[in-house]
Amino acid sequence: MAEGVGEEKKKFSIWDLPDVPMGQLPPHLELQRSRVSCNKDAPIHTESIQYSGAYASMGIDNSSRLDRFSNNFRVEVVQLNKDDMEFDMIGIDAAIANSFRGILIAELPTMAIEKVLIANNTSIIQDEVLAHRLGLVPIRVDPRLFEYLSENDQPNEKNTIVFKLHVQCKRGSPRITVKLDALKWLPNGSELVKETRNATSDSSSKPETYTYFGCSQEIIPEFVKNPIIPKYPDIIIAKLGPGQEIELEAHAVKGIGKTHAKWSPVATAWYRMLPELRIDCNCCIIGTYRR
Amino acid sequence: MEHGSFTDNSAATFSLTDEDHTIANAVRFTLNQDPRVTFCGYSIPHPSEARVNIRVQTTGDPAREVLKDACQNLMLMCRHVRSTFDKAIEDFKASNAVKAMKIDSQDSSGDDSEESE
Repeated sequence: MAEGVGEEKKKFSIWDLPDVPMGQLPPHLELQRSRVSCNKDAPIHTESIQYSGAYASMGIDNSSRLDRFSNNFRVEVVQLNKDDMEFDMIGIDAAIANSFRGILIAELPTMAIEKVLIANNTSIIQDEVLAHRLGLVPIRVDPRLFEYLSENDQPNEKNTIVFKLHVQCKRGSPRITVKLDALKWLPNGSELVKETRNATSDSSSKPETYTYFGCSQEIIPEFVKNPIIPKYPDIIIAKLGPGQEIELEAHAVKGIGKTHAKWSPVATAWYRMLPELRIDCNCCIIGTYRR
Repeated sequence: MEHGSFTDNSAATFSLTDEDHTIANAVRFTLNQDPRVTFCGYSIPHPSEARVNIRVQTTGDPAREVLKDACQNLMLMCRHVRSTFDKAIEDFKASNAVKAMKIDSQDSSGDDSEESE
């Protein structure tokens, strides 16, 4: 009958349509959509079919709405230690997982030594090498308690941690190894006095140092029980022969891994897809990776 | 920065500075999931320069709105991931604490405690 021709075409919004029925893809397409197969020479189906209309000709909706994602997404922790962690994320795409991995490595802030003020270094380790090694030292402190230090700011107790290292190997004594437990935390700020051009006559005022601490960092409640120390006190910084001395002050600030790898909080972070083994009836093992 | 045409606002290229694959791939993924999008992709013009171009072509809606919706969806997705993750960590710690207690009680008293789950 020609009745359908006389009907008006109504405008509707795509969001008002009822949920597209999720028909089933034929098994070979479902395999292609959801599994990466590791064949003899190379893996195939590695790119994920993300386009929402990819299977539109078959009447299947490939888009993933937020509610469907929320229902299907699960996290299972496999292992959780003080220093490492392994967990499974089920129902998420590789693109988002890779973004998490990149953020873990490059965009989480930590504290690391940035400026090293060397008063005396007669060891065989050069100044810059010593400073570089000190910068890579991991410091056991929560970076959320500190603020970033920008160029115009003055270093104060809210954005700087000050350490001091003063070791000396006396003449006649054997060689000593300088480990990280010699690095002392100075909660009251820098002790090195700045040299000022015009010598002021009032010697009663406090001499100007390289940091401007308003109050001591010791009284902050988080640091009363846990003083700020490097995480591993047995890392070797330098070795001194008889008659050599190192005296320096190190200032640690907050930064992210993108600027310099010393501020990266992880040793490394990686992800892989869940492996699934399927044994063929012809007794050859086909290995696949499940998205 | 948006490079588009004044007459047809359903297709545009957005140029983001100081960004890299981290956000571009994630935004491209959420854009693809949107049924209003016919084409979307991203490219990095030069690896030394921190700039990303995201191209969006839609079925009529303004590309700017679709991109905003995709970013919003990504934010909600990440928020959900975070809450699920926190809950999974708490459950893991709780179950580990229970296991440690069970091992202690078995060692000290010597009789098996029933698991009621």
